[in-house]
Amino acid sequence: MNNELKELYQQVILDHNKSPRNYGKPGEFNHSAEGYNPLCGDHVDVYLVVDEGIVKDVRFEGSGCAISKSSASLMTTIVKGKTVEEAESLFEDFHDLVTGKLTDEEKIASLGKLGVFQGVRDFPARVKCASLPWHTMKSALRDEPTKVTAEP
Amino acid sequence: MINTSTKTKTDASENLILKDTSGFDAGSIRKDFPILNTTVHGKPLVYLDNAATTHKPLVVIEKTREYFEETNSNIHRGVHFLSQKATNEYEEAREKVRSFINAKSLKEIIFTKGATESINLVASTFGRMNINAGDEIIISYMEHHSNIVPWQMLTQEKGAVLKVVPINDHGELEMDKLPGLISEKTKLISIVHVSNSLGTINPVKEIIDLAHSKGIPVLVDGSQSIQHLKIDVRELDCDFFVFSGHKLYGPTGTGVLYGKEELLESMPPYQGGGDMIAAVSFEKTLYNELPFKFEAGTPNIAGMIGLGAAIDYVRGIGIEKIASYEKYLSDYAASHFVDIPKFRPIGSAKEKVSVFSFILAGIHPHDIGTILDFEGIAIRTGHHCTQPVMKRFNIPATARVSIAMYNTKEEIDHFVRAINKVFEVFA
Ligand SMILES: Cc1ncc(COP(=O)(O)O)c(C=O)c1O
Repeated sequence: MNNELKELYQQVILDHNKSPRNYGKPGEFNHSAEGYNPLCGDHVDVYLVVDEGIVKDVRFEGSGCAISKSSASLMTTIVKGKTVEEAESLFEDFHDLVTGKLTDEEKIASLGKLGVFQGVRDFPARVKCASLPWHTMKSALRDEPTKVTAEP
Repeated sequence: MINTSTKTKTDASENLILKDTSGFDAGSIRKDFPILNTTVHGKPLVYLDNAATTHKPLVVIEKTREYFEETNSNIHRGVHFLSQKATNEYEEAREKVRSFINAKSLKEIIFTKGATESINLVASTFGRMNINAGDEIIISYMEHHSNIVPWQMLTQEKGAVLKVVPINDHGELEMDKLPGLISEKTKLISIVHVSNSLGTINPVKEIIDLAHSKGIPVLVDGSQSIQHLKIDVRELDCDFFVFSGHKLYGPTGTGVLYGKEELLESMPPYQGGGDMIAAVSFEKTLYNELPFKFEAGTPNIAGMIGLGAAIDYVRGIGIEKIASYEKYLSDYAASHFVDIPKFRPIGSAKEKVSVFSFILAGIHPHDIGTILDFEGIAIRTGHHCTQPVMKRFNIPATARVSIAMYNTKEEIDHFVRAINKVFEVFA
């Protein structure tokens, strides 16, 4: 397989695509938002339980490509237990990572598993796939209206 | 239940005669399209996204270049040599379009920037004038968004009603439902001739005859038929026919609205400005005659002249020959696609053009598109501006292969092999 493709479809990504974590609407949640990408039809619902500024639980549901699904799945595993501020700042870092703005190796390493999405920067058409779940989570945290659309 | 794969299988094997009887020389056609020599990610380009736009033959590229080098001027307004030359060439292009679709008069050929603008033109002129509160417009479930949204905007503005002809599991119109949708309130039927996401050829002649028996005019969206089928607007007897030049091997930003002369005469202008007037004072404007009444402002002169060259090119080969070669390639493709594991065709109408939408179970079309891109293969993935179709089949998106006259058997083989790479990644 081509190297760029290998970078994009890393094992971790393929694994989360196959068996997404924290999938399905929870019985209880106090923040939620619906993300939708009108260009490709990708759709994701993000549900959060936030208590005293801490993300106690986060789950998602939806349909999309391997990149958006695995991004949503990894996001839920990473954000759980973080403060709202930490979650939002992770969003910024993630966004910089997939758009190629974040190049500092140490910083990338500090993002842990999220680093697997670095390959996305070589696929401008797929950036929105990776970032849709994050945009949606941010809207949910801020109780902004539903139907978030990812950047073009 | 939607299970169309078995059906397609029998269809394909019945068609296994697979002899190219057209005497078509795709190899020499390919030489006319310089872009086909491009490599993508180090692989020869295999362009299978022709329903989105077709490539341009050298004659079109050269004609537009020649226009800028030797003719460039504004039209319909200068006495000087170049302006006259530009006007002549522009109007010659109109004649080429007229004759290509067999319209009665040049007055019936309105130049626009594309099918989308053509439909919007009809909605905001014919529509605004004739559709009132409680009136009804009929479209179908397989329309491109450009033949949904303008009518939605109009019906919302007027308090009118949009009715939709359903489609069956093969992606064919449920024609038996149409008579029940028509009422005295029906003021227009606007229907796609060939579906861009399903490939279905709709029985537009039958629809037009039925509509006319009730005095209802019909708009035909020919965006996906003009490049595959012989179009004769007088034989069809459609009231409006629209298409985009860029899907007919012409430049982008070129489109056509055909309308019956008496209808166009009765309609108010679309946009105001230069070229569409006969005389202007602050009290009153006298509108220009057809077709100029609908062509305000400086148009895409080079583009329309290029479209004229594209039509000459297509006629030089012969649309029937093109259709017969595309049919041969389609049958070849269909007979190989059924062997792809997890392949589910979306759209298996009896009457189809060379457009194949499909999904692979468990693999999202985007991922298919990205992986094929690395094999040099260009396909379209997504909802193809037909979200209601996606909803009808309960899928978010499809991958779509659309074949043109310069595609070859070898390219289909390459596509089928490349699909294996998709399975390798998503093993
Ligand atoms: C069936 C159909 N109608 C209308 C359009 C709109 O054409 P354009 O975007 O060139 O105006 C398309 C283009 O994809 C189409 O396939």
